[in-house]
Amino acid sequence: MILTATESFIMILIIAIMTFLTRVIPFILFPDNKETPETINYLGNVLPYASIGMLVIYCLKDISFCERTLWLPEIVSVLVIIIIHKWRKNTLLSIGLGTILYMLIVQFICK
Amino acid sequence: MRKKAFKAALPMTIPVLTGYLFIGIAFGILANSNGYHLGWILLMSTFIFAGSMQFVAISLLASGFNILSVILITIMINARHLFYGLSMLDRFKNMGKKKPYMIFSLTDETFSLLCGVDPPGGVNKDWFYFYIALLNHIYWILGSLVGGLLGSLITFNTQGIEFVMTALFVVIFLDQWEKNKDHSPAIIGILSSIICLIIFRAENFILPSMILIMTLLLIFKTTIRLEDEQ
Repeated sequence: MILTATESFIMILIIAIMTFLTRVIPFILFPDNKETPETINYLGNVLPYASIGMLVIYCLKDISFCERTLWLPEIVSVLVIIIIHKWRKNTLLSIGLGTILYMLIVQFICK
Repeated sequence: MRKKAFKAALPMTIPVLTGYLFIGIAFGILANSNGYHLGWILLMSTFIFAGSMQFVAISLLASGFNILSVILITIMINARHLFYGLSMLDRFKNMGKKKPYMIFSLTDETFSLLCGVDPPGGVNKDWFYFYIALLNHIYWILGSLVGGLLGSLITFNTQGIEFVMTALFVVIFLDQWEKNKDHSPAIIGILSSIICLIIFRAENFILPSMILIMTLLLIFKTTIRLEDEQ
């Protein structure tokens, strides 16, 4: 700890407040008691699909095609998840097998 | 009513349980090694409750007292929450006293579960959503405390376990894909992010991606047709 307890506390408090702000701003801008503009309703309906896509890429952002070990574990695991999920449609099975496969690859193959 | 909602919510959160426990443990270990012990860990995991942000918080705390840079970095890292809020405006409507907590606890993982799972018939949806958020929050706090307390005692190799979150997002992406014939919003999300990742690199691509996604969604407003929404 290089900061004092008070300094640490202030920093953590600010991070907590700013994090909450990024979550609450849409709800402040478009409160329940006012009619939400049609365009915002539209965005609210389509954004979940786009956001999850963005989140998937966000998780894969550090892969690199310069070296095999930097892309193979992610790409192979994601492909296997897609195949298993298309086949069995079982969320826990797809997530479980995909994660175990990834762990095996990074621990034993792409060390 | 609550019991039924709890029982329905619990199995949905199992992937997040796995992910949060292990990522929480990793966070606890990191915090501990920087001199932030249990009380601090509890404070951060309870009141910040944002996975990637908390890892960054530790390095911010280790780099000195600088309020302005903390504010800017927090906004940059958490900007994607704006999309989550916009997506949940309708769903959190009329949630009454639960609403502030739902907003506070809107992490990537809770958001993706709220997008991806529907309450089974006969289950009160507000309580169902609430329990998903609450359970996830509890897993996160527990994981980070365990990490702070006895993380160094874990002996089996957990390398790669964090991939459980990626797997969860991929599966929810696939479920959403199946739900609609019009895939353009999903494609816009993926392609915009890839394009911006290539141009702006991993550290800076989220904000440009959000702008591009928003722009494209608005451009194609008249052609996109979602079936499960009116």
